Amino acid sequence: MAKQHVSTVINGDPIEFLCDANKSLLDVLRNDLGMTGTKEGCGTGDCGSCSVTLDGRLVCSCLVLGVEAEGKSVQTIEGMANGEHLHVLQRKFLEHAALQCGICTPGFLVAARSLLERNPDPTEEEVRFWLAGNLCRCTGYNKIIEAVLDAAREMRGA
Amino acid sequence: MLTNTKNTHQTMKSVGTSPVRPDGVPKVTGLAQYGADYSLPGMLWAKVLRSPHAHARIRSINTAKALALPGVKAIITAADLPNQSFDYVGPERVALNYWHMTRNILAREKALYEGHAIAAVAATTAAIADQAVRLIEIDFEVLPHVIDVDDAMKPDAPLLFEDMISRGFDPAPTKPSNISKRLEFKIGDLEAGFASADEVVEMSFKTAAVHQGYIEPHSCLARYGADGQCELWSSSQGHFVVRAYTAKLLGIEIGNLLVHPAEIGGGFGGKTVVYVEPLALALARKSGHPVKLMMSREDTFKATGPTSGASMTVKIGVKKDGTIVAADGLFKFQAGAFPGSPVMNATMCAFAPYIIPNARAIGFDVVSNRPKSAAYRAPGSPISAFAVESVLDILAKKIGMDPLKFRLKNAVKAGSPTVWGPKHSHDGYAETIQALLDHPEYNKPLGKNQGRGVASGFWFNGGGESTASVHINEDGTVVIATGSMDVGGSRASMALMAAETLGVPYESVRSTVADTASIGYNHVTGGSRVTYATGMVVVEACNKIIEELRLRASLMWDVDVKGVIWEDGYAKPADKSVGTFEPLSLKAIAAKRAVTGGPIGVESSINAGGQAPGFSTQFCDVEVDPETGAVKILRFVAAQDVGRAIHPKYCEGQIQGGVVQGIGWALNEEYIYDKQGRLSNAGFLDYRIPVASDLPMIEAIMVEVPNPNHPFGVKGVGEANIVPPMAAVANAIERATGTRMRELPMSPPRVLAAIDAGRG
Repeated sequence: MAKQHVSTVINGDPIEFLCDANKSLLDVLRNDLGMTGTKEGCGTGDCGSCSVTLDGRLVCSCLVLGVEAEGKSVQTIEGMANGEHLHVLQRKFLEHAALQCGICTPGFLVAARSLLERNPDPTEEEVRFWLAGNLCRCTGYNKIIEAVLDAAREMRGA
Repeated sequence: MLTNTKNTHQTMKSVGTSPVRPDGVPKVTGLAQYGADYSLPGMLWAKVLRSPHAHARIRSINTAKALALPGVKAIITAADLPNQSFDYVGPERVALNYWHMTRNILAREKALYEGHAIAAVAATTAAIADQAVRLIEIDFEVLPHVIDVDDAMKPDAPLLFEDMISRGFDPAPTKPSNISKRLEFKIGDLEAGFASADEVVEMSFKTAAVHQGYIEPHSCLARYGADGQCELWSSSQGHFVVRAYTAKLLGIEIGNLLVHPAEIGGGFGGKTVVYVEPLALALARKSGHPVKLMMSREDTFKATGPTSGASMTVKIGVKKDGTIVAADGLFKFQAGAFPGSPVMNATMCAFAPYIIPNARAIGFDVVSNRPKSAAYRAPGSPISAFAVESVLDILAKKIGMDPLKFRLKNAVKAGSPTVWGPKHSHDGYAETIQALLDHPEYNKPLGKNQGRGVASGFWFNGGGESTASVHINEDGTVVIATGSMDVGGSRASMALMAAETLGVPYESVRSTVADTASIGYNHVTGGSRVTYATGMVVVEACNKIIEELRLRASLMWDVDVKGVIWEDGYAKPADKSVGTFEPLSLKAIAAKRAVTGGPIGVESSINAGGQAPGFSTQFCDVEVDPETGAVKILRFVAAQDVGRAIHPKYCEGQIQGGVVQGIGWALNEEYIYDKQGRLSNAGFLDYRIPVASDLPMIEAIMVEVPNPNHPFGVKGVGEANIVPPMAAVANAIERATGTRMRELPMSPPRVLAAIDAGRG
C-alpha cells in the first residue's frame, strides 16, 4: 500500500512526512523525524513514556497513528524549552532531583505541563492521579510530585 | 518534614550538597541518547523469533522462505555462535557458565521457556524483519514443562537438562534432576539452641517471580567492520561487561570491540547481563551492515530478568527476654531455565542482621521453564528477609515485645558472627532501628482496619574494579571520566567528590562516562558499588593530580616540591622559608603547562575492598479494606545507614525508589503462568508496578555511620532499601487484620481469601 502524505505542525513548525497507514505517531516521531526525545517503554499505552499532546490533548503517541496528525498540532518534549530557557517544570525536575535514569522524564514533563495548563493549583492528590498513567521505576514518585507542586507554585507566582 | 538528614560533618563544601547533575539538561529536554536512540547510515532492523512453547525440542529450523523475502539481509541461529565449554567461572556467589549463557542467547537443542530466542533476522525495515520472522519454520517436539519450584524438585518432574547432576551433595546423586545446586551454611549447635528457646515459630512462605521493571526495554546498535573491528552502542549497567560477554559469545577479541555507553533507562540489576548485543553484532557481522535491535515490552517480560520466586521454611527460637537463640532456614529458589538464582545471597543475608549463636541456612538452586533469573536490587536478600522478618514479628508478638526493641536487642555490630564465617566489621544496623524508635509517628495510635509493621534488611554492598581519569583543561577547569555507567546520578556524586578533594567549585568539574576504549576497566554498576569503589578511585586520581600540580607549581617557583602545599584549590608555599609567592590557581598552573611538562592528567585504577554493608529498617502503616482485601499504604518511613551522603537528594531517591519497588513486590507484582506454561501478564497493564496514585510520600531517613575505609565514609545506598518492605507490609497487614500472609504478592483476592478464612 502506498504511503500516506501527512501535513502537520510539530512544536509550532509545519512538517510534512510520508508514512505507512499502520505506523504509530511514536514511530514516525522517533524513526522518520529523528525526534527521539519521545520514548517507547511499552508500545501499548501503559507507561506514558511516549506522552505528547495532540491539539492540546494528552495522548500516548504509541496509540495514535501517524496519519492522525494530519491537520493537527503536536507538542513533544523537544518543544518544551524556549531555546536556552528551560520550562519551569524542566528546571524544577532538575532542582528536585526528580529523575534518576531519566527515561520516563520526557513523558512526565509533557503530562505535567498538560495538568498545569488545566489546573494551575493542583493538590498533591490531583497531581498523583493525573500522573498515574506515567510509570517511573526509579524514584518512587516522591520528587516528581514535589517538583510539579513547586513548579505550579512558581508559575502561579505564589 | 519529608526528610531528616543527620549530617554530622558540616565542614565539607561540596560533599553533602545536592547540585543539579551534569547530565541533567539533556534528560529534561529529550536530547539524552538511550539505547534505542542511536542510528547509523544504512542501518538494518532486527527482530527475534521466540519460542511459543515452555519446553520443546528443536528438531530443525528452516530459514529458506524467510531469506528469500526481499529486504532480508541476514538470519542467525545458534549455529552462528561458537561452542562454549561447560565451566562455572568466577566467585561462587555470581558464577557464570558460558555453555548456559550462549544457550540463553539462542536456544540450541531445546527451547526452555516461552519467549526463548531461537533465531534473529536483520532486514531493511522493521516490518520486513517481522514478516521474515513469521516465515521461519521450526519443527518442535513439545515436551512436558514445569513452572513451580516445588514441582520442579519432585523426582518425576520433567527435566530441563537430562544430564544435570546436582552439585553440593555428598555423595553426588546418581540420577539427574532440576536441582542445580544445594548449599548450606551453619554455625553453633542447632538442636541445643532450639532446646534452650522459650518460644519457637516455624512457618513456610512463597514469593512470586518479579521483574526489575525498568521502563527502557533492552536496545542496542551494532556495527561490524570488514577489518574485524566492531562497535556497540548499548544501554547497560556496565559496558565493559557487555564487551566481555559479547566478545566471548561471538568468539572475537576484546580489543576489537568498542562499546559506547548509551544512557540507561533503568536496570536495577537486570542490565548486568546481555540479551540483544550478541544478536545484533552477529547479524551485523553476517550482513555487513549496522544493525539495530530493540526488545518489545512483551519480550522484556518473557525473556529477561526476572528475579526468583521462592518456597521457604523458616524456624526461629527465642528466650522470653527476647534473645534469639537459634534459627533454621530452607530456601528453594527458581533459577529460571538455567542455573544461577541468587539463593546463595539469600542464605547469607537471611539471618545477617542478628546475633544468632546457633543457625543454619540451606539453599537450593532449581531450574524450571521460566526465563533465566537475573540480578534484581540486593538479589536474594528481599526474598529470604520476607520469611525471616515475618517470623520475627510473630515471635515479638508472642513474647510481648515491641518489634523494634526486639530487633535492637539482637542487632549485629562490628565483631558479631555471621552464618557464613567471617565476623561483621561495621556498625550501622542498631542506628537505623534507633532512628525509627525516635520517630514521632512510631507510637502514634492507628484507626480501625489499620496496622503498623516493622522490618529490617541487610545487603553486602560491593567494591571491586574501577578506573578514573582526571584532566586539568587549558583554562583550569577539570574533567573527570570513569567507566561506571550512571544509573541514578553518579556523575554528580563523582564530581562532588572530585571538587571536594581538589578544593574547587562543583561547577568547575565536569564528569563523564567514557567508552571502553577511552578509560580502563570498570566492573558493572551493581552491588551498590559505584559511589564507594569508583568514588574511591576518583579521589585517588584527584590526590595524584594534586601531587602533579604541586610539582608544576614548584617548577614555576623554582623551589623544591616539598615546599609546596595544596590548600582550598591553590598551590601555596608551605611556609615563609620557601619564599613569598602568590597562591597559584588551577588556571594559573594550566596556563604554564607547556613549560612545566605538558598536559596535566592522570588515570588511576583500583580493586576496592573494605566496603561496608547496608542496613535498612522501615515501618509502614496500612489500611486494609475488609470487603475487598485492598491494602492502602498510609505512611512509609525508611531509615538506612548510608555511611555518608555525597549527594543527599539522590541518596533519598535511592531509598524512596527501593521502597516503592518493594511495595510493588509486596502488593501487586507477580509472573502469572497459564497451563501451557505461557506468561499471562507480559505487559504493564497486567503486571502492575506501583503508580503515583497508589502511594504516599516515602519518608527517607539517612543515618550516617561513616565507613572508615572510604575517604568520605561512603557506604553503598542502592539496595538495602528494597529488602524490608515485603515483610514490613505483611507485618502491618497482620496487625490490621490478625491475618498472617505467607505468600506474595498480597494482592486483594489473596488478602480477602485470608481474611475470610480467618473469619471461619
